Amino acid sequence: MIDAMNVEEPSIEKYLRQDRLPHIWCSGCGIGPVAGCFLRAIDREEIDPDRIAVVSGIGCTGRVAGYVKLDSFHTTHGRAIPFATGLILANPELNVVVFSGDGDLVAIGGNHLIHAARRNIDMTVICVNNFNYGMTGGQVGPTAPLEARTTTTPYGNFEFPFNLPYLVSASGASYVARWTVLHIRQLEKAIAEAMTKPGFSFIEVIAPCPVVYGRMNKEPKGLDSMYYYQEKSVIRNGADPKDADLELNGPIVVGKFVDVQRPTLWDHLREVSSRAQEKAKARAKV
Amino acid sequence: MTEYQELTGKFFINGDVACAEGAISAGCRFFAGYPITPATEVAERMSTRLPQVGGIYIQMEDELASMNAVLGASWAGVKAMTATSGPGFSLMMENVGLGVMLETPCVLVNIQRAGPSTGLPTLVGQQDMMQARWGSHGSYEIIALAPISPQDIFDLTITAFDLSEKYRIPVLIMSDEVVGHMSEKVVIPHVAPESLLNRRRPEVPPGEYLPYKTDVGLVPPMAVAGEGYRFHVTGLTHDERGYPVMTADAQDRLIRRLVDKIRLNRDDIIKYKETQVEDADIIVCAYGITTRIAQFAVKMARDEGIRAGLLQLITVWPFAEERVRELSLQTKAFVVPEINYGQIVLEVERCAGGKARTILVPHMGGGVHSPETILEAIRETAQ
Amino acid sequence: MKLWRKPFDYAEKATTSGQVFIDEERCKGCGYCVEFCPREVLKMSTELSPKGYNLAVVQDESKCLACGFCEVICPEFAIRISTTNEK
Repeated sequence: MIDAMNVEEPSIEKYLRQDRLPHIWCSGCGIGPVAGCFLRAIDREEIDPDRIAVVSGIGCTGRVAGYVKLDSFHTTHGRAIPFATGLILANPELNVVVFSGDGDLVAIGGNHLIHAARRNIDMTVICVNNFNYGMTGGQVGPTAPLEARTTTTPYGNFEFPFNLPYLVSASGASYVARWTVLHIRQLEKAIAEAMTKPGFSFIEVIAPCPVVYGRMNKEPKGLDSMYYYQEKSVIRNGADPKDADLELNGPIVVGKFVDVQRPTLWDHLREVSSRAQEKAKARAKV
Repeated sequence: MTEYQELTGKFFINGDVACAEGAISAGCRFFAGYPITPATEVAERMSTRLPQVGGIYIQMEDELASMNAVLGASWAGVKAMTATSGPGFSLMMENVGLGVMLETPCVLVNIQRAGPSTGLPTLVGQQDMMQARWGSHGSYEIIALAPISPQDIFDLTITAFDLSEKYRIPVLIMSDEVVGHMSEKVVIPHVAPESLLNRRRPEVPPGEYLPYKTDVGLVPPMAVAGEGYRFHVTGLTHDERGYPVMTADAQDRLIRRLVDKIRLNRDDIIKYKETQVEDADIIVCAYGITTRIAQFAVKMARDEGIRAGLLQLITVWPFAEERVRELSLQTKAFVVPEINYGQIVLEVERCAGGKARTILVPHMGGGVHSPETILEAIRETAQ
Repeated sequence: MKLWRKPFDYAEKATTSGQVFIDEERCKGCGYCVEFCPREVLKMSTELSPKGYNLAVVQDESKCLACGFCEVICPEFAIRISTTNEK
């Protein structure tokens, strides 16, 4: 007996700018699934979509803002976080999500990232890390592992990469997690947790970039990267982020590393503002 | 947001403080900045005043962040401002372009010091005038105002907010260290909120709203985040929907509108003040602090029997082209004193078009002209 | 290697079956859905689409349990699962 039911799967179509699809990302690109997780997380947590603002910088991941049917801002390279800071401070009712890539958030925008974490400002940052500048054709990024080949490290990368969870947790974030695109269910849950958590939340998503990074690093198909994640990922929730370094073809430590309650920027700001208003009132009475 | 606590009356304050008070009176409720001499006092005053009136002050990690936070706040529906000086102004340039492209109302104050580079941080300059016009990449128009006194910067800050809201564009206040640090009497009047201009809001329901569709005039109505309009805006060349379109046609349509919304409204935007130009053989064209010295020089020249006049540029950008062209037909020469080695003089010379001579009286910065220097230039020109 | 067995309460519990809808306009043939489907419901087409991709197509829908993994892993938002309950 077949009992036909309504489609219960949270359909993300209502959150997509369908008139803009198919999107510009390459076949096998990891950004799409991450964007999907984000959109499903909205339903999962029943967040009012009208209250969400998505801010992106420049690059492949920066294009996420253009495909979601939410208030969305595609800003300049590296400046998504300060733009988002202005939005959330001017309207604390907003649920601000910054969606950008590793080059945008950590290289050109690295200063803003650590300062936003330091402030513990109420926003969620989703960093799609594909180890290179995909939009410009695959140049070395701040997270590219040692020895990785890119179009600007043709003999191998000679720089040390950032360990993003370590960087961001040391800077003061309330929530830090890392997942790969293959850990799609955990990722969706993590984004949902991050979006509902007060304070600064950061999620690094290791994502395939088959057409540029993968092609130069023996993962020419998205599936090659996915097999690598399947084989080498180690889930270690609560692990010390400093032990989560990434190496070329090495293990990928994933999990929820940090989930703590800390007073947010708003908590202190509200207190100080009310103090200022009381002082002003007292002076006005005199 | 709490009730606006008005601060009215007569005060003896410097230009930076007057600027901050002007912003508060104009309804500015967000300031993001970064300390820099000689603009720091604007930030300091805002950090005291904004919390009192229910606004937000935040010191960002640099000027790039400050400018972006201001744009973000404006898109959340709050009037926002930042203040800086030379090096910080350079850092803000890219995102002034973003402000122009997204059509974001905001005000950027530049208390100019002498450059290039770190230059003379504590001393006066008027050396960013061309950067104000052309500093961000691409083809665009901008509005820049030049105040001459603390009272003037108070008044012009209100004007700046009005213009930015009306035309949806970042408006620059190109002041200088002397005006910023000089203390004078400033009268702060009651500014009725109804007298202030606010961006036009969309009148259509969310489903029908297109962020860059113009109805009346060239300035589209502006939705803000969190109201359910679910709009997309991008620094990429875009169409009426706000969607990126990578074609020469889309670029042509967009840039023409962004430029024309200012150019075609220049009569409304451009303000200048003339003294004794009707019969003048020589017109001193000045802006900012230099205007006040030029006033002396013109008076001294008149006392000597030289028919001199003064054209003060209140709005520096867009430039008062038509007026300078008209004046070039009735005067013999323009004398242009400025605290740089020749910037606005190029515009005057271009508009004079050979009909009247144009003489630059430069000052490299670190001080202001003496009236005698300008008088000397007037005398030489008169011969 | 078989990693699963039939649950002891299989007979009493309702199982879900699904219908898979693939948007051919959006699919770019990355193969994630085909590779990670636990029930081998999908396969890659041998013919090229107009845009030059081998698209994912349904091979045996009767095996689908509507786990939804293909839908969430699809980078193109091209797959939708419709569920039905069977007793």
